[in-house]
Amino acid sequence: MAVIIETVELKKNYGRHEAVRGLNLSVRAGSVCAFLGQNGAGKSSTIKMLLGMIHPTSGSGCIFGHRIDKEKESLLIRQKVAFVAEDKRLYDYMTVAQMIRFTKSFFPRWNHALESRLVEQFDLPLERRIRQLSKGMRTKLALLLGFARGCELLILDEPTEGLDPVAIEDVLQIVVSLTAQGTTVFFSSHQIAEVEQVADHVLMIDRGRLVLDAPMDQLKEQYRQIQAVFPEPIEERDFRLPGIEKIRTEGRTVSLVASHNVDLIVEHVRMLRAGSVDVLPISLKEIFLEKVKARP
Amino acid sequence: MFRKPNPSSGVPIYVQIKEQIRHAIETGALLSGDQLPGIRSLAETLVINPNTVIKVYRELEQEGVLEIRHGLGAFVASHRRSRSKTEEIRDAQQLMCEFLETLREQGLNDGEIRRLFEAELAGELQRR
Repeated sequence: MAVIIETVELKKNYGRHEAVRGLNLSVRAGSVCAFLGQNGAGKSSTIKMLLGMIHPTSGSGCIFGHRIDKEKESLLIRQKVAFVAEDKRLYDYMTVAQMIRFTKSFFPRWNHALESRLVEQFDLPLERRIRQLSKGMRTKLALLLGFARGCELLILDEPTEGLDPVAIEDVLQIVVSLTAQGTTVFFSSHQIAEVEQVADHVLMIDRGRLVLDAPMDQLKEQYRQIQAVFPEPIEERDFRLPGIEKIRTEGRTVSLVASHNVDLIVEHVRMLRAGSVDVLPISLKEIFLEKVKARP
Repeated sequence: MFRKPNPSSGVPIYVQIKEQIRHAIETGALLSGDQLPGIRSLAETLVINPNTVIKVYRELEQEGVLEIRHGLGAFVASHRRSRSKTEEIRDAQQLMCEFLETLREQGLNDGEIRRLFEAELAGELQRR
């Protein structure tokens, strides 16, 4: 499948602060790719570089084969990509209807059917001024403007922040529906549950570096938590094996997180005379916590 | 007919949906020749990635559970032994009820039973 977004050693410094430290990303056509990280991990800076809103300090990147750091090519990118920013910037003096009419005048491939469906589904007050909208309503309007543009690539920065569970499910359903029609979706989030539900690929960054890049199904199939109880207290150094990401010992109990190689690890644990060995699945949230907390 | 999967269970969503479809066939809720929902429609109903639905249908086709007719969609394959399978599953359901009753009589609560079951199944899977 074709690669839609690609970056090579992408870096961004703000003064002496290194926000993004050499990212190599690759997002394939037709996928729903989640971009996870804590606040300040470098997600928004990366997205801004992809869209030509800020210039990379070094490294390069392409969207649809257009260079993100060349002004003319960046313009082509922005024509083909719908972006919903974290701050949901809108013209406060316009009414909802005016904002929709204004936006769609720029986009010949505007999806009118989706627009009407969303106005109804989101219960948007067409005659109200944007400055009088609640945070949730602003978000819904911004998402409508992004979704209805009819683009091949949708980039969403924290799309569901401030939305209630019903609206979140609506948003995810639209994402799913657009994907089924061929749109590629790249979205940043720290709402792990929604990511697990719709994403088929996960990119995780921590302090400006990629710490995980894997298909969702692979994560679920290969990551395991292994718990074992031994007859006598046991030490961490007995568990140096490839695939073990995390070791926690408490007296006679040991808890391991493995990213692969589970069979051999279990065999090793049994050889150490474990009384009981439990192999349990692990959720994306736990993987995330292990990845961002595991710091030297 | 299908339930929303539990995304944070640790079991991949495609595995959960495959199980649901198999279960629907085994219990007779879906019969040979019945059509399954379209990819987009099932993805929207369950709010899951359409690529996941494609994976489910493709794997079930390879396993001989479904037939993909191009341009028409996915259908339950005809099974010679589907009738006996249905009976097997019904018998198993009965056994399961009795077994659960026994465990409860021994003083285990549902959470404990579920944990034992899951740990045992996960262990089996690992030993295979």
